[in-house]
Amino acid sequence: MNTLKLLRSAPPTAKFGMILIAIYAVIAILTPWIAPHGQAEIVGLEFEPWGGEFILGTDNLGRDMLSRMFYGIRNSVSIALATTILSFALGTVLGLMAATLGGWIDQLMSRLVDVLMAIPAILFALLLLTITGTGIPQMIAIIAVIEATRVFRLTRATAMNVAVMDFVEAARLRGEGTFWVIRREILPNITSPLIAEFGLRFCFVFLAISALSFLGLGIQPPTADLGAMVRDNAALITFGELVPLLPAAAIALLTVAVNFVVDWMLHRASGLKS
Amino acid sequence: MTDPLLSIRDLRLEGRTDGGWVPILKGINLDLARGEVLGLIGESGAGKSTLGLAAMGYVRDGTRFAGGSVTFDGRDLLKLPERARRKLRGDRIAYVAQSAAASFNPAHRLIDQYSEGPVLHGVMSRAKAEADARGLYAKMQLPDPDIIGLRYPHQVSGGQLQRAMTAMAMASRPDIIIFDEPTTALDVTTQIEVLGAIRDIVTEFDTAAIYITHDLAVVAQMADRIKVMRHGEEVEEAPTRQMLDAPQRDYTKSLLAVRDFRAEPAPAPTPQEVPILSATGVTAAYTGGVDVLHDVSFDIYPGRTLAVVGESGSGKSTMARVISGLLPPRAGDIRLTGDALPPKLADRSREQLRRVQMIYQMADTALNPRQTLREIVGRPARFYRGLGGRELEQETRQLLVDVELDPDEFIDRRPPELSGGQKQRVGILRALAAQPDLIICDEVTSALDQLVADGILRLLKRLQTERGLSFMFITHDIATVRAIADHVVVMHNGRVVEQGGKDEIFAPPHAPYTDLLLSSVPEMDPDWLTHRRGEMRT
Repeated sequence: MNTLKLLRSAPPTAKFGMILIAIYAVIAILTPWIAPHGQAEIVGLEFEPWGGEFILGTDNLGRDMLSRMFYGIRNSVSIALATTILSFALGTVLGLMAATLGGWIDQLMSRLVDVLMAIPAILFALLLLTITGTGIPQMIAIIAVIEATRVFRLTRATAMNVAVMDFVEAARLRGEGTFWVIRREILPNITSPLIAEFGLRFCFVFLAISALSFLGLGIQPPTADLGAMVRDNAALITFGELVPLLPAAAIALLTVAVNFVVDWMLHRASGLKS
Repeated sequence: MTDPLLSIRDLRLEGRTDGGWVPILKGINLDLARGEVLGLIGESGAGKSTLGLAAMGYVRDGTRFAGGSVTFDGRDLLKLPERARRKLRGDRIAYVAQSAAASFNPAHRLIDQYSEGPVLHGVMSRAKAEADARGLYAKMQLPDPDIIGLRYPHQVSGGQLQRAMTAMAMASRPDIIIFDEPTTALDVTTQIEVLGAIRDIVTEFDTAAIYITHDLAVVAQMADRIKVMRHGEEVEEAPTRQMLDAPQRDYTKSLLAVRDFRAEPAPAPTPQEVPILSATGVTAAYTGGVDVLHDVSFDIYPGRTLAVVGESGSGKSTMARVISGLLPPRAGDIRLTGDALPPKLADRSREQLRRVQMIYQMADTALNPRQTLREIVGRPARFYRGLGGRELEQETRQLLVDVELDPDEFIDRRPPELSGGQKQRVGILRALAAQPDLIICDEVTSALDQLVADGILRLLKRLQTERGLSFMFITHDIATVRAIADHVVVMHNGRVVEQGGKDEIFAPPHAPYTDLLLSSVPEMDPDWLTHRRGEMRT
């Protein structure tokens, strides 16, 4: 009931974003049933034009572009989601521990995070991928660790603000354990910035995966992936064709949609009236 | 009254809520003659501050004028364009806010902030403004008036900052100054200096003023006339003396009587009685700092109230932290009914923790805004006493009834849905749910309106009688001490200056500091400030 009312009160941009996200979700889930062809299936000639048998034409190997788009969204979105969830699991737990326990634990973790953050993320990821070798599990783990440093920072900062409140002191004086204090007193008060951050992080992770795939270090062919698809068809750009822009647009659209929703949520959390 | 300087007629103002616009001021009339001081008094939410700002033709975000007029010097401020209104503000109408510390920009020197207004309004050159500032600083009795302006806001004390702000408001010699609770955040001993300085300067320049406060004794010293407000409406208005001698309305009478509450004192402890808590020679320091408590000793007996009084920085809250185990002392020990209490929180048993509970000053930050009262109140009962299920539900409901909150209405509410007084009641409940022997009350009434605070004090006293509780009451408010204390400890700079039964402390002879503290508490007598300052000079 309340959620429905809340959704109705959302500004048009947020509604637009939510509808787009829903469409992406539906595509990601239903791909195997709605895609006309398989993702690695060569069904026609190379670079067939739009319209006709293949709605969006074919790619550089003669695979159906529309099916590739659906699979690309499915693969990229699900991997990005898994990575974001992992980075949050890591970042929030450590951040909450640092904020509540303080002392040397906080110092150690914070300095470690400083070191990790000092290295440019994409270079760091490239470096680690060269060491571990390419592969989806490696990529998920590496990006999750890098993004977790940002999550750690936010969680620690917001949790610190709550940890100095009298009600947390009251819980400590009562003799409550650290875990209880974190779960019942602190976490409920920092959920809204964390949810907003989740949306933003998802965008960054999505972009990072696409970038790595574009560079050939992410999701490996023939698995469809939005970043790699941009690269595969990049040659067409010189002929004034728009095909390479389609996967790029799919990436951009989802990022914008998520940002619209996150903006609205942040605005609500900040309590501003106008 | 011929030709008032400021004349407000049937002023109505509305504030925006989720459900639309609700009235905040419901048709206020007000006249202010040149050189006159009007006191505005009422509880929080009465619309005093809103009216004060409206007198400058200003509304806060989320509020709007809904009708009426604000005529200043023949012009209706509400009809003037924003630019013209802005020109009047600071130039002819000035404003002094409650918290000077929050109103000064911490990154600029006092004198630069002083000169900004007059220079901007083109009244004075910068050099002249600075010379003028030094003159006014001297008039406000600030120390070293020639150089104090070169300091940054954090380098002067709260009382000095409030005076510097008043001087700043005076900069362009306005016709009206609006004082919004300028001394509420100050200690009594500082308050008296600020009140005196404000009164002198307003008289000297013949400035009209609106003095907003919730403390009737303060307004009695400052105002020629007093207007009592409640719920956005005027209750009554009369010249100060007439208002104090013969209030017409019940609400005003209750405001006047608010400081009269005196709890029946408990009998003095017999020699056989074991104190519930006894502190001996406690010396404590924060990590890496100097000692903030020096050799503090006192006893709290069962069913009695110990009041610890002193101004801010006297170490009274630090003492509470030592007792609660948050700050292990450097020396000395704390005993709970004769048994030594481990200095560190982590070493104390659950049973020891249960017996000493704490109530905080700011109920806003002391209650988790995301928990319902069921969780807040139920948790200690479950944690310490192992209650659960129906038993816990019943206990929680009974506790709510005990502090006069209807369980059906309140049990599923969260703190943001409560008023200040209700929140403080929940704070008390959380302590009570543990069935403690001793409750430490840290300034529990100082953030509340006087009538609400009075209700809380009566409630605490009733609970004490019913349950044989002991209280350690930390406060800077002498009226609270008079109302509820059995035994009084006066603290200053981390030391116990004097301690004894309430009657002993309040009857002369006093220690010199106690004397200063007691004589600084404003009384309802309008001549009090004049007399008091006369005494201080001699």
